[in-house]
Amino acid sequence: MNIKKYLQVYSYFNYSSFSIELEYKINLFIDLLTSILGLIGSVFLLSIFFSNTDEIGGWNFNQALIIQGIYTILNGVTNTWFNPNLKEIVKYIREGTLDYVLLKPIDSQFWISFKRISPTGLIEILLGFFVLSYCFYINNISFTIWSFILLIITLICSISILYSLWFLISTTTIWFVKTWNATEVLRSFLYMGRFPMDSFSFSLRIFFSTVIPITFITTIPSEVLLGLSPAWKIILEVLVSMTFLIFSRKFWKFALRFYTSASS
Amino acid sequence: MKNSSIYKFSTLFKTQYANMLEYRAEIALWAISGVIPFFMLNIWTNNGLNESINISNVMLSRYFLSAFFVRQFSVVWVVFTFEEDALLGRVSPYIIQPLHPFIRYFAQHIAEQITRFPFALFIAIFFFIFNPQSLWIPSFLTIIISLVSIFFSFLIQFLMQSIIASFCFWTEKASSIEKLLFIPTLFLSGLLAPVSSFPPYVKSWIYLTPFPYLIDFPASILSGNQANITEGIFIQFLWIILFFTIFKKSWKAGTKKFTAMGL
Repeated sequence: MNIKKYLQVYSYFNYSSFSIELEYKINLFIDLLTSILGLIGSVFLLSIFFSNTDEIGGWNFNQALIIQGIYTILNGVTNTWFNPNLKEIVKYIREGTLDYVLLKPIDSQFWISFKRISPTGLIEILLGFFVLSYCFYINNISFTIWSFILLIITLICSISILYSLWFLISTTTIWFVKTWNATEVLRSFLYMGRFPMDSFSFSLRIFFSTVIPITFITTIPSEVLLGLSPAWKIILEVLVSMTFLIFSRKFWKFALRFYTSASS
Repeated sequence: MKNSSIYKFSTLFKTQYANMLEYRAEIALWAISGVIPFFMLNIWTNNGLNESINISNVMLSRYFLSAFFVRQFSVVWVVFTFEEDALLGRVSPYIIQPLHPFIRYFAQHIAEQITRFPFALFIAIFFFIFNPQSLWIPSFLTIIISLVSIFFSFLIQFLMQSIIASFCFWTEKASSIEKLLFIPTLFLSGLLAPVSSFPPYVKSWIYLTPFPYLIDFPASILSGNQANITEGIFIQFLWIILFFTIFKKSWKAGTKKFTAMGL
Protein backbone atom coordinates (compact mmCIF):
# COMPACT_ATOMS: atom_id res chain seq x y z
CA MET A 1 0.00 0.00 0.00
CA ASN A 2 1.50 3.25 -1.12
CA ILE A 3 -0.56 5.94 0.54
CA LYS A 4 0.96 8.77 -1.45
CA LYS A 5 0.04 7.11 -4.72
CA TYR A 6 -3.52 6.52 -3.55
CA LEU A 7 -3.93 10.12 -2.47
CA GLN A 8 -2.69 11.33 -5.81
CA VAL A 9 -5.03 9.01 -7.70
CA TYR A 10 -7.85 10.18 -5.47
CA SER A 11 -7.20 13.82 -6.30
CA TYR A 12 -7.36 12.92 -10.01
CA PHE A 13 -10.68 11.16 -9.41
CA ASN A 14 -12.06 14.29 -7.75
CA TYR A 15 -10.77 16.54 -10.49
CA SER A 16 -12.40 14.50 -13.26
CA SER A 17 -15.69 14.09 -11.38
CA PHE A 18 -15.98 17.78 -10.66
CA SER A 19 -15.42 18.66 -14.29
CA ILE A 20 -18.16 16.22 -15.29
CA GLU A 21 -20.61 17.51 -12.69
CA LEU A 22 -20.00 21.16 -13.43
CA GLU A 23 -21.27 20.51 -16.95
CA TYR A 24 -24.73 20.60 -15.42
CA LYS A 25 -24.66 23.78 -13.36
CA ILE A 26 -28.41 24.26 -13.16
CA ASN A 27 -28.69 20.74 -11.79
CA LEU A 28 -26.43 21.69 -8.91
CA PHE A 29 -28.80 24.48 -8.03
CA ILE A 30 -31.87 22.26 -8.29
CA ASP A 31 -30.23 19.63 -6.10
CA LEU A 32 -29.44 22.25 -3.48
CA LEU A 33 -33.08 23.29 -3.50
CA THR A 34 -34.10 19.64 -3.18
CA SER A 35 -32.00 19.06 -0.08
CA ILE A 36 -33.25 22.24 1.60
CA LEU A 37 -36.88 21.32 0.82
CA GLY A 38 -36.27 17.80 2.07
CA LEU A 39 -35.05 19.13 5.38
CA ILE A 40 -38.01 21.51 5.67
CA GLY A 41 -40.32 18.62 4.88
CA SER A 42 -39.01 16.39 7.63
CA VAL A 43 -39.03 19.19 10.18
CA PHE A 44 -42.65 19.78 9.13
CA LEU A 45 -43.40 16.11 9.72
CA LEU A 46 -41.75 16.28 13.13
CA SER A 47 -43.82 19.34 13.98
CA ILE A 48 -46.98 17.36 13.15
CA PHE A 49 -45.89 14.62 15.53
CA PHE A 50 -45.06 17.09 18.28
CA SER A 51 -48.26 19.08 17.90
CA ASN A 52 -49.99 16.04 19.41
CA THR A 53 -47.50 15.18 22.10
CA ASP A 54 -44.55 16.60 24.00
CA GLU A 55 -42.18 13.77 23.33
CA ILE A 56 -41.88 10.71 21.15
CA GLY A 57 -39.91 7.81 22.53
CA GLY A 58 -38.53 10.06 25.27
CA TRP A 59 -37.18 12.68 22.85
CA ASN A 60 -38.52 16.22 22.78
CA PHE A 61 -38.67 18.33 19.64
CA ASN A 62 -35.35 20.09 20.15
CA GLN A 63 -33.60 16.81 20.74
CA ALA A 64 -35.23 15.13 17.77
CA LEU A 65 -33.93 17.99 15.65
CA ILE A 66 -30.38 16.79 16.38
CA ILE A 67 -31.23 13.51 14.67
CA GLN A 68 -32.41 15.47 11.64
CA GLY A 69 -29.05 17.25 11.57
CA ILE A 70 -27.08 14.01 11.80
CA TYR A 71 -29.31 12.40 9.17
CA THR A 72 -28.81 15.34 6.80
CA ILE A 73 -25.02 15.11 7.17
CA LEU A 74 -25.02 11.37 6.54
CA ASN A 75 -27.43 11.70 3.64
CA GLY A 76 -25.05 14.26 2.18
CA VAL A 77 -22.17 11.83 2.56
CA THR A 78 -24.23 9.14 0.83
CA ASN A 79 -25.12 11.46 -2.03
CA THR A 80 -21.55 12.69 -2.40
CA TRP A 81 -19.62 9.43 -2.35
CA PHE A 82 -21.70 6.27 -2.17
CA ASN A 83 -24.59 6.90 -4.52
CA PRO A 84 -22.72 8.09 -7.63
CA ASN A 85 -20.20 5.24 -7.33
CA LEU A 86 -22.85 2.64 -6.89
CA LYS A 87 -24.40 3.66 -10.20
CA GLU A 88 -21.00 3.16 -11.80
CA ILE A 89 -20.47 -0.31 -10.32
CA VAL A 90 -23.70 -1.54 -11.86
CA LYS A 91 -22.48 -0.22 -15.20
CA TYR A 92 -19.02 -1.77 -14.85
CA ILE A 93 -20.48 -5.19 -14.26
CA ARG A 94 -23.26 -5.02 -16.84
CA GLU A 95 -20.93 -3.86 -19.59
CA GLY A 96 -18.02 -6.00 -18.47
CA THR A 97 -15.72 -2.99 -18.03
CA LEU A 98 -14.84 -4.22 -14.54
CA ASP A 99 -12.11 -6.15 -16.41
CA TYR A 100 -10.20 -2.93 -16.91
CA VAL A 101 -10.54 -1.98 -13.27
CA LEU A 102 -9.28 -5.36 -12.09
CA LEU A 103 -6.27 -5.15 -14.41
CA LYS A 104 -5.14 -1.81 -13.00
CA PRO A 105 -2.27 -1.82 -10.49
CA ILE A 106 -4.52 -0.39 -7.80
CA ASP A 107 -6.93 -1.84 -5.31
CA SER A 108 -10.22 -2.58 -7.07
CA GLN A 109 -12.38 -1.72 -4.05
CA PHE A 110 -10.66 1.64 -3.75
CA TRP A 111 -11.21 2.41 -7.42
CA ILE A 112 -14.83 1.33 -7.38
CA SER A 113 -15.75 3.12 -4.16
CA PHE A 114 -14.12 6.46 -4.78
CA LYS A 115 -14.10 6.96 -8.53
CA ARG A 116 -16.95 9.44 -8.59
CA ILE A 117 -17.87 12.31 -6.34
CA SER A 118 -20.94 14.49 -6.60
CA PRO A 119 -20.60 18.02 -5.20
CA THR A 120 -24.31 18.44 -4.46
CA GLY A 121 -24.10 16.28 -1.35
CA LEU A 122 -21.36 18.55 0.02
CA ILE A 123 -23.90 21.35 0.34
CA GLU A 124 -26.18 18.97 2.20
CA ILE A 125 -23.36 18.16 4.64
CA LEU A 126 -22.91 21.88 5.29
CA LEU A 127 -26.64 22.22 5.80
CA GLY A 128 -26.55 19.37 8.32
CA PHE A 129 -23.76 20.99 10.32
CA PHE A 130 -25.70 24.23 10.26
CA VAL A 131 -28.73 22.46 11.77
CA LEU A 132 -26.49 20.78 14.34
CA SER A 133 -24.99 24.07 15.49
CA TYR A 134 -28.49 25.50 15.82
CA CYS A 135 -29.36 22.46 17.96
CA PHE A 136 -26.40 23.21 20.21
CA TYR A 137 -27.92 26.57 20.83
CA ILE A 138 -31.50 25.47 21.54
CA ASN A 139 -30.52 22.47 23.63
CA ASN A 140 -27.98 24.41 25.73
CA ILE A 141 -25.31 21.83 25.05
CA SER A 142 -22.03 22.64 26.73
CA PHE A 143 -19.51 21.75 24.13
CA THR A 144 -16.25 20.20 25.27
CA ILE A 145 -13.29 18.80 23.38
CA TRP A 146 -14.19 15.38 24.73
CA SER A 147 -17.74 15.41 23.36
CA PHE A 148 -16.40 16.72 20.06
CA ILE A 149 -13.98 13.79 19.80
CA LEU A 150 -16.76 11.35 20.67
CA LEU A 151 -19.04 12.92 18.06
CA ILE A 152 -16.37 12.59 15.39
CA ILE A 153 -15.68 8.96 16.35
CA THR A 154 -19.36 7.99 16.25
CA LEU A 155 -19.89 9.86 12.98
CA ILE A 156 -16.95 8.05 11.39
CA CYS A 157 -18.41 4.77 12.62
CA SER A 158 -21.83 5.66 11.16
CA ILE A 159 -20.25 6.52 7.84
CA SER A 160 -18.34 3.23 7.86
CA ILE A 161 -21.54 1.28 8.49
CA LEU A 162 -23.36 3.19 5.77
CA TYR A 163 -20.50 2.64 3.35
CA SER A 164 -20.41 -1.07 4.12
CA LEU A 165 -24.16 -1.43 3.60
CA TRP A 166 -23.99 0.31 0.23
CA PHE A 167 -20.92 -1.57 -0.81
CA LEU A 168 -22.37 -4.93 0.20
CA ILE A 169 -25.38 -4.30 -2.00
CA SER A 170 -23.19 -3.15 -4.86
CA THR A 171 -21.14 -6.31 -4.52
CA THR A 172 -24.20 -8.49 -5.05
CA THR A 173 -24.36 -6.95 -8.52
CA ILE A 174 -21.78 -9.56 -9.52
CA TRP A 175 -24.46 -12.24 -9.19
CA PHE A 176 -27.68 -10.38 -9.87
CA VAL A 177 -26.53 -7.67 -12.31
CA LYS A 178 -29.53 -5.42 -11.63
CA THR A 179 -29.46 -4.34 -8.00
CA TRP A 180 -30.80 -0.87 -8.42
CA ASN A 181 -34.03 -1.76 -6.68
CA ALA A 182 -32.26 -3.41 -3.77
CA THR A 183 -30.71 -0.04 -3.04
CA GLU A 184 -34.20 1.46 -3.10
CA VAL A 185 -35.18 -0.95 -0.33
CA LEU A 186 -32.12 0.06 1.67
CA ARG A 187 -32.85 3.72 1.03
CA SER A 188 -36.42 3.47 2.28
CA PHE A 189 -35.28 1.70 5.45
CA LEU A 190 -32.50 4.22 6.02
CA TYR A 191 -35.12 6.92 5.72
CA MET A 192 -36.36 5.88 9.16
CA GLY A 193 -33.05 7.11 10.53
CA ARG A 194 -34.70 10.53 10.64
CA PHE A 195 -36.59 9.53 13.75
CA PRO A 196 -35.38 8.48 17.20
CA MET A 197 -35.30 4.71 17.35
CA ASP A 198 -37.05 4.74 20.72
CA SER A 199 -40.22 5.92 19.01
CA PHE A 200 -40.71 2.56 17.31
CA SER A 201 -42.24 -0.52 18.87
CA PHE A 202 -39.95 -3.06 20.48
CA SER A 203 -39.91 -5.53 17.57
CA LEU A 204 -39.06 -2.83 15.02
CA ARG A 205 -36.34 -1.52 17.31
CA ILE A 206 -34.78 -4.96 17.35
CA PHE A 207 -35.04 -5.08 13.56
CA PHE A 208 -33.39 -1.66 13.20
CA SER A 209 -30.56 -2.58 15.55
CA THR A 210 -29.70 -5.94 14.05
CA VAL A 211 -30.82 -6.51 10.47
CA ILE A 212 -30.31 -2.95 9.28
CA PRO A 213 -28.36 -1.13 12.01
CA ILE A 214 -30.04 2.26 11.71
CA THR A 215 -29.86 2.70 15.48
CA PHE A 216 -26.10 2.86 15.23
CA ILE A 217 -26.17 5.21 12.29
CA THR A 218 -28.15 8.19 13.56
CA THR A 219 -29.46 7.65 17.09
CA ILE A 220 -26.18 6.93 18.87
CA PRO A 221 -24.30 9.99 17.53
CA SER A 222 -27.27 12.13 18.59
CA GLU A 223 -27.25 10.59 22.05
CA VAL A 224 -23.54 11.29 22.29
CA LEU A 225 -24.21 14.96 21.63
CA LEU A 226 -26.83 15.07 24.35
CA GLY A 227 -24.49 13.28 26.73
CA LEU A 228 -27.04 10.48 27.09
CA SER A 229 -25.02 7.70 25.61
CA PRO A 230 -23.33 5.24 27.99
CA ALA A 231 -19.80 4.14 27.12
CA TRP A 232 -20.81 0.61 26.17
CA LYS A 233 -23.02 1.91 23.35
CA ILE A 234 -20.12 3.81 21.82
CA ILE A 235 -17.80 0.82 22.12
CA LEU A 236 -20.50 -1.37 20.59
CA GLU A 237 -20.87 1.04 17.69
CA VAL A 238 -17.11 0.97 17.05
CA LEU A 239 -17.18 -2.84 17.08
CA VAL A 240 -20.21 -3.02 14.78
CA SER A 241 -18.68 -0.64 12.27
CA MET A 242 -15.38 -2.56 12.26
CA THR A 243 -17.23 -5.81 11.69
CA PHE A 244 -19.16 -4.28 8.82
CA LEU A 245 -16.04 -2.86 7.20
CA ILE A 246 -14.12 -6.12 7.45
CA PHE A 247 -17.08 -8.14 6.24
CA SER A 248 -17.69 -5.90 3.23
CA ARG A 249 -14.01 -6.21 2.29
CA LYS A 250 -14.06 -10.01 2.62
CA PHE A 251 -17.33 -10.22 0.73
CA TRP A 252 -15.93 -8.21 -2.18
CA LYS A 253 -12.88 -10.50 -2.40
CA PHE A 254 -15.20 -13.50 -2.26
CA ALA A 255 -17.55 -12.13 -4.92
CA LEU A 256 -14.73 -11.39 -7.33
CA ARG A 257 -14.13 -15.11 -7.63
CA PHE A 258 -17.53 -15.37 -9.28
CA TYR A 259 -17.02 -12.52 -11.70
CA THR A 260 -17.25 -13.84 -15.22
CA SER A 261 -17.12 -10.62 -17.27
CA ALA A 262 -19.61 -9.78 -19.99
CA SER A 263 -19.31 -9.90 -23.73
CA SER A 264 -18.10 -6.65 -25.21
CA MET B 1 -59.70 -3.37 -36.59
CA LYS B 2 -56.02 -4.16 -37.06
CA ASN B 3 -55.06 -0.51 -37.16
CA SER B 4 -57.22 0.67 -34.35
CA SER B 5 -55.51 2.24 -31.38
CA ILE B 6 -57.00 -0.37 -29.06
CA TYR B 7 -55.25 -3.08 -31.03
CA LYS B 8 -51.98 -1.16 -30.91
CA PHE B 9 -52.28 -0.60 -27.22
CA SER B 10 -53.18 -4.17 -26.36
CA THR B 11 -50.23 -5.49 -28.36
CA LEU B 12 -47.91 -3.02 -26.70
CA PHE B 13 -49.33 -3.97 -23.35
CA LYS B 14 -48.86 -7.70 -23.91
CA THR B 15 -45.22 -7.30 -24.92
CA GLN B 16 -44.52 -4.99 -22.01
CA TYR B 17 -46.19 -7.37 -19.59
CA ALA B 18 -43.99 -10.21 -20.81
CA ASN B 19 -41.03 -7.88 -20.42
CA MET B 20 -41.99 -6.94 -16.88
CA LEU B 21 -42.52 -10.55 -15.82
CA GLU B 22 -38.91 -11.07 -16.78
CA TYR B 23 -37.94 -8.54 -14.12
CA ARG B 24 -40.32 -9.74 -11.41
CA ALA B 25 -37.57 -10.05 -8.80
CA GLU B 26 -36.78 -6.37 -9.13
CA ILE B 27 -40.44 -5.47 -9.01
CA ALA B 28 -40.82 -7.48 -5.81
CA LEU B 29 -37.96 -5.51 -4.28
CA TRP B 30 -39.57 -2.32 -5.45
CA ALA B 31 -42.79 -3.32 -3.76
CA ILE B 32 -40.87 -3.89 -0.52
CA SER B 33 -39.28 -0.45 -0.77
CA GLY B 34 -42.76 1.02 -0.41
CA VAL B 35 -43.18 -0.08 3.20
CA ILE B 36 -42.48 3.37 4.67
CA PRO B 37 -46.20 3.93 5.52
CA PHE B 38 -46.05 0.92 7.85
CA PHE B 39 -43.10 2.35 9.73
CA MET B 40 -44.92 5.65 10.02
CA LEU B 41 -47.98 3.83 11.36
CA ASN B 42 -45.73 2.31 13.98
CA ILE B 43 -44.55 5.74 15.13
CA TRP B 44 -48.12 7.08 15.18
CA THR B 45 -49.70 4.32 17.22
CA ASN B 46 -46.69 3.57 19.41
CA ASN B 47 -46.67 7.14 20.70
CA GLY B 48 -50.43 7.62 20.78
CA LEU B 49 -50.15 10.54 18.36
CA ASN B 50 -53.52 9.82 16.77
CA GLU B 51 -55.55 10.49 19.91
CA SER B 52 -55.76 14.22 19.34
CA ILE B 53 -56.78 13.94 15.67
CA ASN B 54 -59.68 11.59 16.44
CA ILE B 55 -58.64 8.65 14.31
CA SER B 56 -58.68 5.32 16.10
CA ASN B 57 -55.73 2.94 15.87
CA VAL B 58 -57.69 0.60 13.63
CA MET B 59 -58.79 3.35 11.24
CA LEU B 60 -55.25 4.71 11.12
CA SER B 61 -53.77 1.33 10.32
CA ARG B 62 -56.33 0.90 7.55
CA TYR B 63 -55.43 4.35 6.28
CA PHE B 64 -51.71 3.59 6.12
CA LEU B 65 -52.31 0.20 4.50
CA SER B 66 -54.46 1.91 1.87
CA ALA B 67 -51.79 4.58 1.45
CA PHE B 68 -49.31 1.78 0.80
CA PHE B 69 -51.61 0.33 -1.87
CA VAL B 70 -52.29 3.67 -3.53
CA ARG B 71 -48.57 4.40 -3.67
CA GLN B 72 -47.86 0.95 -5.13
CA PHE B 73 -50.24 1.57 -8.00
CA SER B 74 -49.42 5.18 -8.69
CA VAL B 75 -45.63 4.99 -8.82
CA VAL B 76 -44.39 6.70 -11.96
CA TRP B 77 -40.87 6.64 -13.36
CA VAL B 78 -41.45 7.80 -16.93
CA VAL B 79 -38.99 10.70 -16.66
CA PHE B 80 -36.10 8.37 -15.82
CA THR B 81 -36.85 6.03 -18.73
CA PHE B 82 -37.35 8.88 -21.13
CA GLU B 83 -34.15 10.60 -20.02
CA GLU B 84 -32.17 7.43 -20.63
CA ASP B 85 -33.84 6.87 -23.98
CA ALA B 86 -33.15 10.47 -24.97
CA LEU B 87 -29.49 10.31 -23.95
CA LEU B 88 -28.91 7.01 -25.75
CA GLY B 89 -30.68 8.18 -28.89
CA ARG B 90 -33.53 5.68 -28.68
CA VAL B 91 -36.11 8.45 -28.88
CA SER B 92 -35.37 9.12 -32.54
CA PRO B 93 -36.96 5.90 -33.88
CA TYR B 94 -39.86 6.27 -31.44
CA ILE B 95 -40.65 9.73 -32.70
CA ILE B 96 -40.96 8.62 -36.33
CA GLN B 97 -43.44 5.87 -35.46
CA PRO B 98 -47.13 6.62 -36.00
CA LEU B 99 -47.66 6.24 -32.27
CA HIS B 100 -47.00 8.75 -29.53
CA PRO B 101 -43.88 7.58 -27.65
CA PHE B 102 -45.61 8.14 -24.34
CA ILE B 103 -48.26 5.54 -25.18
CA ARG B 104 -45.39 3.05 -25.01
CA TYR B 105 -44.34 4.29 -21.57
CA PHE B 106 -47.93 4.30 -20.43
CA ALA B 107 -48.31 0.63 -21.40
CA GLN B 108 -45.05 -0.08 -19.55
CA HIS B 109 -46.43 1.43 -16.36
CA ILE B 110 -49.73 -0.44 -16.53
CA ALA B 111 -47.91 -3.73 -17.20
CA GLU B 112 -45.62 -3.09 -14.26
CA GLN B 113 -48.55 -2.42 -11.94
CA ILE B 114 -50.16 -5.72 -12.84
CA THR B 115 -46.88 -7.54 -12.24
CA ARG B 116 -46.61 -5.79 -8.91
CA PHE B 117 -50.13 -6.63 -7.74
CA PRO B 118 -49.42 -10.10 -6.29
CA PHE B 119 -46.44 -8.80 -4.32
CA ALA B 120 -48.44 -5.92 -2.88
CA LEU B 121 -51.19 -8.34 -1.92
CA PHE B 122 -48.64 -10.58 -0.25
CA ILE B 123 -47.30 -7.68 1.82
CA ALA B 124 -50.88 -6.77 2.79
CA ILE B 125 -51.58 -10.32 3.99
CA PHE B 126 -48.40 -10.16 6.03
CA PHE B 127 -49.63 -6.88 7.51
CA PHE B 128 -52.97 -8.43 8.51
CA ILE B 129 -51.24 -11.34 10.21
CA PHE B 130 -49.53 -8.83 12.51
CA ASN B 131 -52.60 -6.57 12.83
CA PRO B 132 -55.60 -8.92 12.62
CA GLN B 133 -57.90 -6.36 14.26
CA SER B 134 -57.51 -3.96 11.34
CA LEU B 135 -58.73 -6.48 8.74
CA TRP B 136 -61.62 -5.11 6.73
CA ILE B 137 -63.32 -5.84 3.44
CA PRO B 138 -64.49 -2.73 1.60
CA SER B 139 -67.79 -2.94 -0.23
CA PHE B 140 -67.75 -3.59 -3.96
CA LEU B 141 -68.77 -0.01 -4.69
CA THR B 142 -65.97 1.36 -2.49
CA ILE B 143 -63.45 -0.80 -4.31
CA ILE B 144 -64.66 0.44 -7.71
CA ILE B 145 -64.60 4.10 -6.64
CA SER B 146 -61.18 3.82 -5.06
CA LEU B 147 -59.83 2.04 -8.13
CA VAL B 148 -61.03 4.98 -10.23
CA SER B 149 -59.43 7.52 -7.91
CA ILE B 150 -56.19 5.51 -7.70
CA PHE B 151 -56.08 5.40 -11.49
CA PHE B 152 -56.73 9.15 -11.62
CA SER B 153 -53.96 9.71 -9.09
CA PHE B 154 -51.66 7.65 -11.31
CA LEU B 155 -52.72 9.68 -14.35
CA ILE B 156 -52.02 12.99 -12.61
CA GLN B 157 -48.54 11.83 -11.62
CA PHE B 158 -47.88 10.31 -15.03
CA LEU B 159 -48.81 13.57 -16.75
CA MET B 160 -46.82 15.68 -14.29
CA GLN B 161 -43.74 13.57 -14.92
CA SER B 162 -44.34 13.56 -18.65
CA ILE B 163 -44.27 17.36 -18.61
CA ILE B 164 -40.96 17.21 -16.75
CA ALA B 165 -39.75 14.52 -19.16
CA SER B 166 -40.41 16.80 -22.09
CA PHE B 167 -37.96 19.25 -20.50
CA CYS B 168 -35.32 16.67 -21.50
CA PHE B 169 -35.41 18.31 -24.92
CA TRP B 170 -33.90 21.40 -23.31
CA THR B 171 -31.79 20.29 -20.34
CA GLU B 172 -30.91 16.58 -20.93
CA LYS B 173 -31.02 15.89 -17.18
CA ALA B 174 -34.64 16.51 -16.28
CA SER B 175 -34.71 13.86 -13.56
CA SER B 176 -33.30 16.30 -11.02
CA ILE B 177 -36.43 18.43 -11.46
CA GLU B 178 -38.44 15.30 -10.76
CA LYS B 179 -36.45 14.70 -7.57
CA LEU B 180 -37.30 18.24 -6.51
CA LEU B 181 -41.00 17.70 -7.18
CA PHE B 182 -40.87 14.41 -5.31
CA ILE B 183 -40.21 16.20 -2.00
CA PRO B 184 -43.62 17.94 -1.77
CA THR B 185 -45.22 14.77 -3.12
CA LEU B 186 -43.66 12.82 -0.27
CA PHE B 187 -44.58 15.19 2.52
CA LEU B 188 -47.88 16.66 1.37
CA SER B 189 -49.58 13.72 -0.30
CA GLY B 190 -50.44 11.94 2.93
CA LEU B 191 -48.00 9.07 2.58
CA LEU B 192 -46.27 9.83 5.89
CA ALA B 193 -49.12 11.45 7.78
CA PRO B 194 -52.81 11.76 6.89
CA VAL B 195 -53.70 15.24 5.63
CA SER B 196 -56.33 15.54 8.37
CA SER B 197 -53.49 15.71 10.90
CA PHE B 198 -51.82 18.67 9.18
CA PRO B 199 -51.77 22.02 10.99
CA PRO B 200 -54.41 24.58 9.91
CA TYR B 201 -51.87 26.88 8.24
CA VAL B 202 -51.11 24.08 5.76
CA LYS B 203 -54.66 22.77 5.43
CA SER B 204 -55.83 26.19 4.27
CA TRP B 205 -53.93 25.99 0.97
CA ILE B 206 -53.05 22.34 0.48
CA TYR B 207 -56.32 21.49 -1.27
CA LEU B 208 -55.46 24.01 -3.98
CA THR B 209 -52.50 21.80 -4.96
CA PRO B 210 -52.74 18.36 -6.56
CA PHE B 211 -50.80 16.65 -3.75
CA PRO B 212 -53.57 15.56 -1.33
CA TYR B 213 -55.40 13.98 -4.27
CA LEU B 214 -52.46 11.70 -5.00
CA ILE B 215 -52.51 9.52 -1.90
CA ASP B 216 -54.61 10.91 0.92
CA PHE B 217 -57.85 11.11 -1.05
CA PRO B 218 -57.83 7.61 -2.63
CA ALA B 219 -56.50 6.07 0.59
CA SER B 220 -59.26 7.72 2.62
CA ILE B 221 -61.91 6.30 0.29
CA LEU B 222 -60.44 2.80 0.36
CA SER B 223 -59.96 2.73 4.12
CA GLY B 224 -63.40 4.16 4.85
CA ASN B 225 -62.09 7.37 6.41
CA GLN B 226 -63.84 10.65 5.77
CA ALA B 227 -63.67 11.87 2.16
CA ASN B 228 -65.83 13.97 -0.12
CA ILE B 229 -65.98 11.51 -3.00
CA THR B 230 -67.71 13.39 -5.83
CA GLU B 231 -65.84 16.62 -5.21
CA GLY B 232 -62.49 14.82 -4.94
CA ILE B 233 -62.89 12.84 -8.14
CA PHE B 234 -64.04 15.95 -9.98
CA ILE B 235 -60.95 17.89 -8.84
CA GLN B 236 -58.70 14.98 -9.81
CA PHE B 237 -60.30 15.07 -13.23
CA LEU B 238 -59.66 18.83 -13.52
CA TRP B 239 -55.96 18.31 -12.73
CA ILE B 240 -55.74 15.60 -15.38
CA ILE B 241 -57.21 17.92 -18.02
CA LEU B 242 -54.92 20.77 -16.99
CA PHE B 243 -51.75 18.67 -17.02
CA PHE B 244 -52.74 16.98 -20.27
CA THR B 245 -53.05 20.34 -22.02
CA ILE B 246 -49.71 21.51 -20.64
CA PHE B 247 -48.07 18.25 -21.67
CA LYS B 248 -49.38 18.52 -25.23
CA LYS B 249 -48.00 22.05 -25.50
CA SER B 250 -44.61 21.26 -23.96
CA TRP B 251 -44.23 18.13 -26.07
CA LYS B 252 -45.00 20.06 -29.24
CA ALA B 253 -42.51 22.77 -28.35
CA GLY B 254 -39.96 20.17 -27.29
CA THR B 255 -40.06 18.07 -30.43
CA LYS B 256 -39.28 21.22 -32.41
CA LYS B 257 -36.13 21.61 -30.30
CA PHE B 258 -35.27 17.92 -30.66
CA THR B 259 -31.74 17.06 -31.65
CA ALA B 260 -31.00 13.38 -32.13
CA MET B 261 -28.33 12.04 -29.81
CA GLY B 262 -26.01 9.10 -29.58
CA LEU B 263 -26.59 7.68 -33.03
